[in-house]
Amino acid sequence: MSKATEVISPDTSVHHDEHEHHDHIPKGITRWLFTTNHKDIGTLYLWFAFIMFLVGGAMAMVIRAELFQPGLQIVEPNFFNQMTTVHGLIMVFGAVMPAFTGLANWLIPMMIGAPDMALPRMNNWSFWILPGAFLILLSSLFMEGGGPAFGWTFYAPLSTTYSGDSTALFVFSVHIMGISSIMGAINVIVTIFNMRAPGMTWMKMPLFVWTWLITAFLLIAVMPVLAGAVTMVLTDKFFGTSFFDAAGGGDPVMFQHIFWFFGHPEVYIMILPAFGIISQIVPTFSRKPLFGYASMVYATASIALLSFVVWAHHMFTTGMPVYMEMFFMFATMLISVPTGVKVFNWVATMWRGSLTFEMPMMFAIAFIVLFTIGGLSGLMLAITPVDFQYHDTYFVVAHFHYVLVTGAVFSIMAAVYYWLPKWTGKMYNTTLAKWHFWCSLVSVNVLFFPMHFVGLAGMPRRIPDYALQFADFNKWISLGGFAFGLSQLIFLALLIKACKKQGEPVSAQVWDGAEGLEWEIPSPAPYHTFETPPLVK
Amino acid sequence: MTQASANNKMVVKLIAIVIGMFGFGFALVPLYDVFCDIAGINGKTEGIAAVYQSVEIDESREVTVEFITRTNTGMPWEFRAETKRIKVHPGELNTVSFYVRNPASSNIIAQAIPSVSPGTAAIYLNKTECFCFNQQPLQAGAEAYMPMQFYVDPQLPEEITFFTLQYTLYDVTARASDLTTKPNPFMESSAQSGE
Repeated sequence: MSKATEVISPDTSVHHDEHEHHDHIPKGITRWLFTTNHKDIGTLYLWFAFIMFLVGGAMAMVIRAELFQPGLQIVEPNFFNQMTTVHGLIMVFGAVMPAFTGLANWLIPMMIGAPDMALPRMNNWSFWILPGAFLILLSSLFMEGGGPAFGWTFYAPLSTTYSGDSTALFVFSVHIMGISSIMGAINVIVTIFNMRAPGMTWMKMPLFVWTWLITAFLLIAVMPVLAGAVTMVLTDKFFGTSFFDAAGGGDPVMFQHIFWFFGHPEVYIMILPAFGIISQIVPTFSRKPLFGYASMVYATASIALLSFVVWAHHMFTTGMPVYMEMFFMFATMLISVPTGVKVFNWVATMWRGSLTFEMPMMFAIAFIVLFTIGGLSGLMLAITPVDFQYHDTYFVVAHFHYVLVTGAVFSIMAAVYYWLPKWTGKMYNTTLAKWHFWCSLVSVNVLFFPMHFVGLAGMPRRIPDYALQFADFNKWISLGGFAFGLSQLIFLALLIKACKKQGEPVSAQVWDGAEGLEWEIPSPAPYHTFETPPLVK
Repeated sequence: MTQASANNKMVVKLIAIVIGMFGFGFALVPLYDVFCDIAGINGKTEGIAAVYQSVEIDESREVTVEFITRTNTGMPWEFRAETKRIKVHPGELNTVSFYVRNPASSNIIAQAIPSVSPGTAAIYLNKTECFCFNQQPLQAGAEAYMPMQFYVDPQLPEEITFFTLQYTLYDVTARASDLTTKPNPFMESSAQSGE
């Protein structure tokens, strides 16, 4: 791994840039509308994701306000269902996935020594159709009868027989989101295959690049299946087909099979790039090369392959035969082996390293601990007989928020704290960063940990009311939720300050132990980098 | 521009994968039925009439078949099995009857969907005649008896001594006009149904 970073002539490329005035940056709004620059597009993606994170977060606040006390207090049950549905859709397709695509845009060309993404014009399109998609989805909330209220998993017949007219808008917006992420994935694959600098062999690629390459293949494999599923819902609802309608010879359980054939690889789409980020950060602040680089690559690939054969563990209670339940149970448990390899590799990287605890490292360590908690509750859910009790309870909600919030979202925050000085050229306000970290860390656990208990005690998810015995825990959960939501405003303040270029200037390397091509170019990263490819030894 | 042409080649390949996977999503629909058929796991019975010809009757054992009826949400019909359970020898031809009444003030067309539990028994249940092969119209306030003729395949595994056949009635009045113009797996049979 460390060998990948010994660059022979980064300086010449940098000087080249300065002398020939390549850094001509267009001004005004058209810069952002028409940009084909991977750094601009990366910035657009990241800001879009953060805005969507706040919008989806506001919906979570509505949910938690309603659940603060038992009984119906604030919103109608139908609106509550719309909030849980759109919160999920926005966080998955609007926050986590675009944030990772933004990081990919910013970092992959800089990490492999390419001047830009391979298909810059398509890159512009794949971003700019996204705001339209979410405008459609959000505007459906204002339709008569309200927006989609069938959960982000849009199970038939909820989404076919029992849904409103806004389903058409939902389907259309999911199509656009899918096209956007497929275009983004194609761009990533072509860039990595064709544009690596001379000497950047496969097994010298930084892990962030590796994990994103595998993620991109998952995306082009399963996003089309999602597009197929929403299309079938659309024709079932509006054009009289009966894919999922038993009366016409269809089968509602088949919807779940098709959906989760997409849905399970999708959850790895949201976590593999996170593994890549953590694998970049931990070595830097341990001042050691990553332990077990090759095993990390193979573990990522095996997780991706296994993700195609475990989908029915979401459906244990649909009445599958026992031998199929056994198969999906054991296949699911098998995934913990490569995931365990990763966790142990990170710990082994830290072992006897000269550790320092800057902000990215704090988030990375929080990720390792809290993601592992989420992984272990996932292992519990994989056990078929107990899943019959856990299914559709708050235990499931606790599980996937541990892997997605303290997993995916924390890794994105770690990435921002790690690479932000490289992007702006200034060190961000570390006092605000510390406040953000500690407030988030405490509140996120107050928010999600008690969900395990109420879930095990039988509190069902997606219901606006609950039995009285859950009142105390839910009060704590809601308070944690409000605190976590407010903590993100600290992050917003920090980001605004950073984008205004306030703070101490940083060196090219920024972090003492940072290695890799992106740390060889000056800070802030010039508008055009690596127009002459660097030579990697 | 070797870089550009290499990129284009790769993009074409990747788009082919995307189109292929979009098609695969739809291919999952027939594949699902094929897989359920082979493994016999979804409790679906054949949608077409079986031919009862030179079937050997296995007098040595008896199988209990139980009939359950239900109506889908919003379907107002009264629907019950005249025979709740019956003991049959595998291979023996039997006829049972179901009663329906339309208490609503409008004409309604119904479709019955069968389901067998345990699902593994489904492929051994052969119907030579069934009201479920066709849509069943009923005038407002009318009643009818609908026959179902079946035999259990003598190949039925020894360990299955009891299974349940459930019919769910769906109101298909709204989509009935649609379906008459389109082939439907449940309508391919010429089997007569009673009314």
